[in-house]
Amino acid sequence: MKAVVLALVLSLAAGIGNAVAATSPDEMLEDPALEQRARELGKELRCVVCQNQSIDDSDAPLARDLRQVVRERLLAGDDNDQVLTYVTARYGDFVLLRPPMRGTTWLLWYGPFVLVLLGGLGAAFWVRRQRRVARVVEPLSSGEQAELDRLLRDR
Amino acid sequence: MRRLLFVLPVLLVLAIGVGLGVGLGRDSQELPSALIDQPVPPFDLPPVAGMAQPGLASGDLGGDVKLVNVFASWCAPCRVEHPVLTRLAEVHGVPLYGVNYKDKPEAATTFLDELGNPYTRIGADEDGRAGIELGVYGVPETFIVDRDGRIRYRHPGPVMPQDVDGVLLPLIQELRG
Repeated sequence: MKAVVLALVLSLAAGIGNAVAATSPDEMLEDPALEQRARELGKELRCVVCQNQSIDDSDAPLARDLRQVVRERLLAGDDNDQVLTYVTARYGDFVLLRPPMRGTTWLLWYGPFVLVLLGGLGAAFWVRRQRRVARVVEPLSSGEQAELDRLLRDR
Repeated sequence: MRRLLFVLPVLLVLAIGVGLGVGLGRDSQELPSALIDQPVPPFDLPPVAGMAQPGLASGDLGGDVKLVNVFASWCAPCRVEHPVLTRLAEVHGVPLYGVNYKDKPEAATTFLDELGNPYTRIGADEDGRAGIELGVYGVPETFIVDRDGRIRYRHPGPVMPQDVDGVLLPLIQELRG
């Protein structure tokens, strides 16, 4: 049993290892610092063919081409922002896995917080009203009080 | 005021629902082009080896309203749109320029020998770099380039007859003035 579990864990770990990156050794740059930047940029860029994978993760030929483009730009001396600008100039903001903050994406970034805020306000109003309702409970009339006393006495 | 408090959440939910509903109906594979109204990016492609047509450079575009079609012999939808593009070129006189994307020259030649060759020029984009310059993410893609050499329209996927009559021809006629 132990061996089975171990084998399962190991095969899973191997699978995860494979899924981490599609970048093959022959694509890599010699300078480890540049290669590191290329890998980070690759994680920021969406593979437009498979859409929910980054180009760093994807085996699609276009993702491979784009990884190469990123590395060429880095070798040409571009900083990270310049590389991202280069790619977005051709493929639009959609290739960025983290959408940029601007007027049209305001709702995307802050919408959830606005909803939580609205919900919180609603909840606060509701709680306050519940309290107020509880406070204004009218005292028992003398008849009700007499009835209550009788019931308690009979018990 | 009290009524407003009741109506507000309902309106909010409706707005979100409509927003999401519209999003559901959209084809998420169809991306807007970053290049609309931009000049054609620079590229200079050699001819396909063994083909009579000259190669294609961005400088060849402009002057007239032209179609740029990214195609490959390995792409099945390209086969589907081929007669439609041929009709555009031959019946409507729209100059058609090809970018032969990541294709083998022999395969491209066979493809066009079989189906006919409506292209004025064809550039061989063997490594797909011109495709990247054009923001191509799937073959086929078709661009309308105006007289000033600006990309005015991008059609991802195969051009179908209804696209020609509904969108391409009206726009081409408008751009021709």
